[in-house]
Amino acid sequence: MPRKEIKFPDIIEHISILNEYGEFDEALEPDIPGEFLLRLYRTMQLSRKFDERLLSLQRQGRIGTFPPISGQEAAHLGAAAVLRPDDWFVPAFRETAAEIWRGRPLESVILYYNGFNEGVDIPADRNDLPLSVPVGSQILHAVGLAWAANYRRTDNVAMAFFGDGATSEGDFHEGLNFASVFQTPAIFVCQNNHWAISIPRTKQTRSQTLAQKALAYNMPGIQVDGNDILAVYVAAREAVDRARSGGGPTLIECVTYRMAVHTTADDPKRYRTDEEVEQWKKRDPVSRFQKYLTTKGLLSDEKIADLDAGVEEEIQAAINRAEEQMKMLGDPIDMFEHAYAEMPPYLKAQKDAFVRALAEKGKEGNHG
Amino acid sequence: MAKMTMVQALNLALRQEMERDDSVIILGEDVGVDGGVFRVTDALIDQFGEERVLDTPLAEAAIVGMSIGMAAYGLKPVCEIQFSGFSYQNFHQTENHAARLRWRSRGRYHVPMVMRTPYGGGVRALEHHSESREVYWAHTPGLKMVIPSGPRNARALLVSAIRDPDPVIFYEPKAIYRAFREEVPEKEEVLPIGRSQLVREGGDLTMISYGAMMRPTLAAAATLEEKSGIAADVIDLLTISPLDDELFVQSVLKTGRAVVVHEAPRSFGPAGEIFARLMEKAFYYLEAPIERVTGFDVVMPLFSREKAYLPDEQRILRAATKVIKV
Repeated sequence: MPRKEIKFPDIIEHISILNEYGEFDEALEPDIPGEFLLRLYRTMQLSRKFDERLLSLQRQGRIGTFPPISGQEAAHLGAAAVLRPDDWFVPAFRETAAEIWRGRPLESVILYYNGFNEGVDIPADRNDLPLSVPVGSQILHAVGLAWAANYRRTDNVAMAFFGDGATSEGDFHEGLNFASVFQTPAIFVCQNNHWAISIPRTKQTRSQTLAQKALAYNMPGIQVDGNDILAVYVAAREAVDRARSGGGPTLIECVTYRMAVHTTADDPKRYRTDEEVEQWKKRDPVSRFQKYLTTKGLLSDEKIADLDAGVEEEIQAAINRAEEQMKMLGDPIDMFEHAYAEMPPYLKAQKDAFVRALAEKGKEGNHG
Repeated sequence: MAKMTMVQALNLALRQEMERDDSVIILGEDVGVDGGVFRVTDALIDQFGEERVLDTPLAEAAIVGMSIGMAAYGLKPVCEIQFSGFSYQNFHQTENHAARLRWRSRGRYHVPMVMRTPYGGGVRALEHHSESREVYWAHTPGLKMVIPSGPRNARALLVSAIRDPDPVIFYEPKAIYRAFREEVPEKEEVLPIGRSQLVREGGDLTMISYGAMMRPTLAAAATLEEKSGIAADVIDLLTISPLDDELFVQSVLKTGRAVVVHEAPRSFGPAGEIFARLMEKAFYYLEAPIERVTGFDVVMPLFSREKAYLPDEQRILRAATKVIKV
């Protein structure tokens, strides 16, 4: 009968280990082998340089529209780095550094953003879903994959990525709720980059943090400095360990910033100031990690220069390979493939008629 | 052989497939303890446990989205959407992912899931419980759309749908869930998806229908023969997509006359596609304009008027007579 208070957890933990000046908290610093740290750094640097190169290719008309990742390398790579190849990686579309880490060749990215779905080939040795464009919709697939991994008595986990805008979608809430109800080994990684195209984080939700949305589902939620790869890694490792050992799902909010455009079709000057972007550039995830590794004696000016040269070379080689491959691609008949396990008769008839029409036109069907 | 209602026959299909293959998982609202609001999943939870029969929270997109994830993993989820009128809440998952994952991943993943859902009018239900929107699914490349018309073919088609490597939308005509019984063998029986059936033979006219409308269509064919001596080929589509046009085209090449019956709204309905196929493949053999007997292009009325909305024997007979008289 009385009016009373119901207590529930109302505290969200925030982790920051490495700040923008390269200073770090030794008590929180994770114990990660030097070689692994250097691999992370190289992947970040490769992804950053690749992003810049893609932008310039796009401006030259050599690739189509694509979503740059600059500024968000630590947020998604730090989380994906905790996964094993046989864990399920469920991306949105701004996780290129994580995809590269998982083994996606750079040329496949170029192919994909040139409109060739040959660019989404996923080898059998890693459990990666292809990119998912409809915002937040992939979250539910991670729940199903994680449920299945559990049903089959494996210790695999599924990690879904999405942005701050996705937390307004029904699929986000339904996904968290289902994952919690069924206690599936799913990890939800929100890259809060502050902007869903032109809608700022403050207009996306009145919630103080995005991580706190986990509390409604009785799930651990944690916020980390998403430009601090050490913090992201620590939070993700805790979440993955918990999920693997039957402890259920976790929501991780990585507070980061989209330093570039939403996609190359976007003009951020319409909705945000250069000053804001400059402020965030000072918090760059790559340069602070470089400072950290230099302090730790793992990097030197010479090593950085060597590594940069290797990265540039790798990118150029990938562009060359992609441009060679694209000359061989573009057969329009390919669009009929992978519709069904077995092509239905009416589709076969459409394909045959199309093949005949192409032959009549005398076209080679190659626009690569 | 036991005489079964469609509900019992569907239950048999699910039980036997679950016994046969531990990758078959059932999930949906009220499918466990309650056995489904129509009891299609009755007692399956007792046999297979909560691990394989999941009573989910109330969220259609999550039911389908989670099924997509399970299917990508290699399981065979059979999810239930309680009424097809609520499946629009999962339409984006079905269109954006279930239908495309094979294509998007270039065959690395595929989605062997079944979405079962009751559709159609005739049970005096509330709003949103009586529509017939098979076209939404049939229009989506990558999906298959199946509608049985009786207990025996419902069981055989559901078995095929579960074993199919592609996502199947399985519409169950709830008006005939319990309207009649048929002999259904205990022994496994399958029917190929993408194949229609000639269920009554006659050379004067071709009648094409499916689902709950097969009953008034067959009744009209019987009356026509009895009263006027006009014998109709009656074709039960069974699968809406991929549409089997071979059988009905063959029939129309012979009869030159056709009537298509469905309860879905008229404009852009399945009859439109069937007409188009006939124009492409049987135009020179047509003796009369094709007729269609369909639902009207209105919101499905509340149940006091649903009988007026639904095609019935009289409307089908009028259309058939018109086609014959030309």
